[in-house]
Amino acid sequence: MSDVMIDARDLTKHYGRVAALRNASFQVNRGEVVGFLGPNGAGKTTTMKILTCFIAPSGGTAQVGGVDIFDDPLAVRELIGYLPESTPLYTEMLVLEYLQFAGKMRGLRGAGLEARLRQVVEETSLGEVLGKSIGELSKGFRQRVGLAQALIHEPPVLILDEPMSGLDPNQASEIRELIRDIGRERTVILSTHNLAEVRLTCGRVLIISQGQLVADDTPDELAARAGKPRFIATVKQNGHSSSEIREVFSLIGDAASVKEQSGGAPGELKVEVVPEGNQDLRAEIFRAAVSAELVLLGLEQRGENLEDIFRQLTTGNGGASS
Amino acid sequence: MRSVLTIAGRQFRSYFNGPVAYIVICIILLTLGFFFWKTFFLFGRASAREMFRWLGLILVFSLPALTMGLLAEEKRTGTIELLITMPVTEAQVIVGKFLGVLGLYGVLLALTISYPLSISTLGDLDWGPVWSGYLALLLQGSAVLAIGLMASSWTSNQLIALFVALTLSVLFWVLDKFLALLPTNAASALQWLSFDYHFQSMARGVIDLRDVLFFVSVVVFALAVAFRALESRRWS
Ligand SMILES: Nc1ncnc2c1ncn2[C@@H]1O[C@H](COP(=O)(O)OP(=O)(O)OP(=O)(O)O)[C@@H](O)[C@H]1O
Ligand SMILES: [Mg+2]
Repeated sequence: MSDVMIDARDLTKHYGRVAALRNASFQVNRGEVVGFLGPNGAGKTTTMKILTCFIAPSGGTAQVGGVDIFDDPLAVRELIGYLPESTPLYTEMLVLEYLQFAGKMRGLRGAGLEARLRQVVEETSLGEVLGKSIGELSKGFRQRVGLAQALIHEPPVLILDEPMSGLDPNQASEIRELIRDIGRERTVILSTHNLAEVRLTCGRVLIISQGQLVADDTPDELAARAGKPRFIATVKQNGHSSSEIREVFSLIGDAASVKEQSGGAPGELKVEVVPEGNQDLRAEIFRAAVSAELVLLGLEQRGENLEDIFRQLTTGNGGASS
Repeated sequence: MRSVLTIAGRQFRSYFNGPVAYIVICIILLTLGFFFWKTFFLFGRASAREMFRWLGLILVFSLPALTMGLLAEEKRTGTIELLITMPVTEAQVIVGKFLGVLGLYGVLLALTISYPLSISTLGDLDWGPVWSGYLALLLQGSAVLAIGLMASSWTSNQLIALFVALTLSVLFWVLDKFLALLPTNAASALQWLSFDYHFQSMARGVIDLRDVLFFVSVVVFALAVAFRALESRRWS
């Protein structure tokens, strides 16, 4: 096996007259965690279903671990651990029963199965619910069962469709840790709508829109493309006029522009400060407010603007609104 | 083969987690018991003929309830996606599902043995026709189950699957009941397609290879159609 674990070439999929995917080509290497990003209906799930050989593309093909999805779907599926969207599980089964079933379907038996079970149960913190039936579980726990079955056979490739949905923040950070860990040696593709998630978990982002791949970059590069960060300061007015307050912040050396923003509560003023370059102005803004005896109620960084680039790339009109 | 058995085992066990299997088993055993003891006390005969006659009919009506969800429910809930993306072929999934429900049916048949057993303590029972009757039940039941699995592969709605399976299996059962109304050629062709025609001759104690082959080919045909239906998803 070479280092290219997933090699999709010109994948196209038509559902009747709907083109769900159009000429999508990308590669994912061993040791990568790639985030699949796109608005609803962009074709993320469709791509994953094709890679797992659940559906066949109308055009193009893909190789997983060097095996073509048309030549040997069974061998491809053996290489993949898959978490489908919305985690469809047999709700009448007990968690342990289900994981045993998944392990057996993956060819695990006896002591080997036991050992793997113990490990995935620990990784996904399922210990306390092993004896419960899946139908009784909360969404987050169900999600973890879905992850556990995807991990059970230590697949070299993990394909996870919205793995973080429904997880509480603690669990999400544990799973994130787990995914990053797995991604060091193996290959992970995950889809999400959460841009912050991508920054935290993925080394690379594929953005897909209306069935077409519109970006393939690291999160940082994408953010850089999006342009400058912005800082929003919320200040108590205390009788100062808007222009007086803006004056205070425009004295900051690296501030390129200072604008009043709508949406402040009564008696409060929101000011947007944009730096000349990519500087972090939060400390300067704080100091300027203090020296002018302004009460700073809030300071946030509308930072990396991944949202903006996402919007620009995935809306037809170029996202002129931002 | 292991995957087939794993799928069959899961299917078989899942029946005991829901009410449908228990309801079907109870209905079958109760109606059977009713007809069975009625004839026994009315005529005082120690024979299992009556039991097989009625059981053949009851099964045609009740087995589709066991098969309706086999694939339809997996499609509705989406679990089919996880199942198929494990390293199994569509054929293994179909055969596994079929064996799973067949296993439950086997349990059901085993429970009915109590009826002939209790007759044999009351009178002299000829066990030959009993065994051939059970073979007939097994074969006709398999055919009804396979048709039910086929119907379940066509839809993601259990009730539609139930309705289609009922219609088809009742149709195959009544085929030979209206023969007098038809010209001879058509009549003999229809008779040959009828479940009950093959069933009754076996239940009388005559095991004819042609009857066996008939049911086996119905099973193979229905499973093949179900396989095609499951596989067609890839290209839709
Ligand atoms: N079985 C199907 N039949 C017809 N159209 C389908 C089918 N599955 C998906 N589509 C269409 O294909 C397109 C892509 O859908 P897909 O599920 O891949 O989007 P997605 O990126 O996963 O969206 P989401 O973020 O909402 O999960 C959509 O327009 C959808 O309506
Ligand atoms: Mg999706």
